[in-house]
Amino acid sequence: MKKYDAIIIGAGHNGITNAAYLAKAGLDVLVVEKNDYIGGGAVSRELHNGFTYSNCSYVCSMMRQAIIRDLDLPKHGMMVIPYPGALAMGENGEVFHSYSNDEVAYNHTRGVSPHDADGLMRLFADLSRYAQVIRKTLMRTPPDPTSFKPRDIKELLFLAKEFWKLGEREIYEYVRFFTMSAADFLDEYLENDLIKAYMAVSGIIGTALGVYSPGSAYILLHHVMGDVDGNLGAWGLARGGMGSISKALEGAAKEYGAEIRTGAPVEKIIVKKGKAVGVALENGEELMSNIVVSNLDAKRTFTKIMDRNDLPEGIYEKANNFKFRGSSGKVNIALSGLPKFKGAAENPFINRSSTYLIGSMKSMEKAYDCWKRGRWSDDPIVETVLPSPWDPTVAPPGQHWMSCFVQYCPAELADGPWTPEKRDAFGATVINKIERYAPGFKELILHTEIRTPHEIEQEVGLTEGNIFQGELTIDQLLFNRPFPGYAQYRMPVKNMYMCGSSTHPGGGVSSACGANAAREILMDLGKVNTVPEDDCYDD
Amino acid sequence: MTSKPLKFADEQLKRSPFYERQVELNPRDAWSAWNGYKHANFYYDEQYEYFCIRNLCGTYDITAMQKYIVTGDDAESMLDRLVTRDMTKLRENRVTYVVWCTDAGRVIDDGTVFKLGPQKYMLTCGSPCIAWLRKACFGYNDVHVEDASDNIAALAFQGPTSCETLKEMGLSGIETLKPFGIMTFPFKDTELMVSRTGFTGDLGYELWVDAAHGLDLWDDLYAAGENYGIQPFGEGALNMARLEAGFIMPYMEFNEALKTVHFEHDQTPFELDLGWLVDFKKPRFNGRAALLAEKKRGPKYTLCKLDIEGNKPAEESEIYSDKGCTKKIGYVTSAMWSPVVKASIALAMIETKHMDGELFAEIYYSKELRSYSKVAKCTIKKKPFWAPARAKATPPGPY
Ligand SMILES: Cc1cc2nc3c(=O)[nH]c(=O)nc-3n(C[C@H](O)[C@H](O)[C@H](O)COP(=O)(O)OP(=O)(O)OC[C@H]3O[C@@H](n4cnc5c(N)ncnc54)[C@H](O)[C@@H]3O)c2cc1C
Repeated sequence: MKKYDAIIIGAGHNGITNAAYLAKAGLDVLVVEKNDYIGGGAVSRELHNGFTYSNCSYVCSMMRQAIIRDLDLPKHGMMVIPYPGALAMGENGEVFHSYSNDEVAYNHTRGVSPHDADGLMRLFADLSRYAQVIRKTLMRTPPDPTSFKPRDIKELLFLAKEFWKLGEREIYEYVRFFTMSAADFLDEYLENDLIKAYMAVSGIIGTALGVYSPGSAYILLHHVMGDVDGNLGAWGLARGGMGSISKALEGAAKEYGAEIRTGAPVEKIIVKKGKAVGVALENGEELMSNIVVSNLDAKRTFTKIMDRNDLPEGIYEKANNFKFRGSSGKVNIALSGLPKFKGAAENPFINRSSTYLIGSMKSMEKAYDCWKRGRWSDDPIVETVLPSPWDPTVAPPGQHWMSCFVQYCPAELADGPWTPEKRDAFGATVINKIERYAPGFKELILHTEIRTPHEIEQEVGLTEGNIFQGELTIDQLLFNRPFPGYAQYRMPVKNMYMCGSSTHPGGGVSSACGANAAREILMDLGKVNTVPEDDCYDD
Repeated sequence: MTSKPLKFADEQLKRSPFYERQVELNPRDAWSAWNGYKHANFYYDEQYEYFCIRNLCGTYDITAMQKYIVTGDDAESMLDRLVTRDMTKLRENRVTYVVWCTDAGRVIDDGTVFKLGPQKYMLTCGSPCIAWLRKACFGYNDVHVEDASDNIAALAFQGPTSCETLKEMGLSGIETLKPFGIMTFPFKDTELMVSRTGFTGDLGYELWVDAAHGLDLWDDLYAAGENYGIQPFGEGALNMARLEAGFIMPYMEFNEALKTVHFEHDQTPFELDLGWLVDFKKPRFNGRAALLAEKKRGPKYTLCKLDIEGNKPAEESEIYSDKGCTKKIGYVTSAMWSPVVKASIALAMIETKHMDGELFAEIYYSKELRSYSKVAKCTIKKKPFWAPARAKATPPGPY
């Protein structure tokens, strides 16, 4: 029977990245994916004539430059184009325009609040400073603070040195920052409610925290630490949709000889004498390998595709208690024309990109209250993005598709399980909200794909639909991700690893988890490292 | 009422026939000049416009480019003696890229020759060249050179959706036009000439019409391009695209020979890696003897395409053969971070004999008022950094 060097479970973008690097090192690698298509959360599918939705993730910024370059992803079709502007809509018709040109942005913000025009500059400088340190950790394996291994000590010293570079005062600020709420943090810089709300959205995207909840400041940082071509905090459109990133990774992986099998759901990881030796597919087929890598989230890996008896004591419980708390929905809409938002400038660069329907800090908190009560927000926060004016490949000319990211939508409803009717009612809530801000919107609709955490979990396997494969709170970050003692991609069963967003540095389309895991695996196998050691793009 | 005369009226730059539309689309007043015309550096945002060339489509005003109509029974012979390429092979309704040199084989300029009829050509180039062309006519009885630069409005129209836009504009059959081909279409009460040429390395066309119909062309094209992402782009975006395509620019890669003061601060076609343009099968052309000698000897420098480690553009860097930067062997002529290739790329003049060895660029950059430097390894690339299949395909496809 054939024995692979490595089997990777799941063709999410991290799984494929992992496969690419292992194959590049000469390993015989197989990826098995449950769906008939690859990509996981970085996927684009045509569900309506000529319309290609990015069904889950929709904007790109966290993808590591070093990996793009190293795997030559542009050659395999990856292109990222920065979005030229954004709009934020308040409760009573106020509109805040966010321009990419510094001078124009300053003039505009000054018109709203001279204080905030200055404040925003200070805010961005501080965020960039914080982001710099975090960015340095993305392509590194977190040290184990309890270990005395030279490598862990060296890595701890590296972190200490990076922090120390900030200066004493900033170290206090930084530590405080990790436990702060987005609202408290922003209060130190801004006074205008709409501008504050616009900045605060990044603090709650994908997370079951409110703008006033401690910990949301870090989420904000997580969303501004990426870049497009070195522009920190910029977000871009992947030409052809986010799925094109997974496809480019697939192209690279295959070029190095990796094999990818779709339509092959794994039922169990086979463990013999405390070692992972292969996988059993749902169709009964067994595939053998020297090592097994899971791209699935921590809970799914240890409680669904592993036998509890194969795990050391405590792991099952830890996995079961890993915090997900799904809180986001996604509505993808095909449109016969461009929507017009009330009060938006007649400027295609601004009114055809991202539009945040946020209301106010208060209404955002109210939206969170609904989630706590087991309901979707009746006045949800919606981030709409129109990729089609900027991407000729995703909709027929003159027609458009709109991606709507919706916060908050619970994984479990107080009044019983999700049903298709409830899903549609959730979709209607979102569409009605957009209609209020863009009258006539409904008449443009040709097709909709409505996704609650329930659909996201069913299709992508993201537990509770949590977009990051588990909450990004301090107790689940760095050396705590997924669990203390297991942050170095090696899992408690021998020859078994994890490479998905449940590991450091967490969720988002970055390829960092998959690449870092590959580096550890190659080290264990005594192979030459094929993974970039560092991003080296920040100095 | 008499209006006050404009101060410095005599120093105002010329306006292209498209100016009226362009000025509305240039909210940042980002203008410079080219051959006496007011010319945009960029319109809305350089980076965005660059992506239009790679992702959607955009127009670049090439009205300021010099356009010479060469006619008469000796037109072909005259051009054939002028340039290094074989002009007798150029068929009607075809375009070819050429350079022309001094007797010493140094490059005067590069440009394109359009064969419009049996003895009718259009020569285009970046800088005025009429005096040299007059000299080039010497000895011929029947050749006439007309400077049509100001009479023809011209737009480079480049990018993946450019063909689709031209179809939408009603140019039927445009998708059958091959690279370097020419087609003409009736347009209002005149004629629109379309060539499948450009300076971006991507799918693209150049549109030529008499200056009086410039605005009509603009309006029709922009109406057709509404759903295809049409956007004007300026010199900044063009310069990025041409570098990715590996094309040379005057005063970046080469110093026009007729305006060069210092000895050999100009270049030969071989130094510019344009040896393939020099056809020694032709018995005579300007610079032939010198170039033949140069070919035998091998050029001192060769223009190379460099892929450079890291992400810092190697602008104005020196190239060394050792990591310690003790032995200088060349210099960078153009450099950038390429957003589509996701690499730091450059064109550089490197001493030919050192091309096979290791190459390092010493890169200077500054960060918040402090300057830094680093040494980065360079790899020579044979092919253009960017060359999508659609640029050569006929039909080119919808995007
Ligand atoms: C609605 C939504 C919006 C988002 N927006 C953004 C965004 O705009 N930008 C951004 O950067 N990030 C965004 N994210 C987050 C990002 O998409 C994810 O963090 C990322 O895609 C996770 O990648 P991964 O490879 O770690 O895991 P996944 O993508 O979860 O991959 C896991 C793979 O395993 C497969 N699988 C599951 N079970 C099995 C089994 N038993 N057998 C075989 N295969 C199995 C799954 O089908 C899947 O392909 C978003 C996520 C969601 C859901």
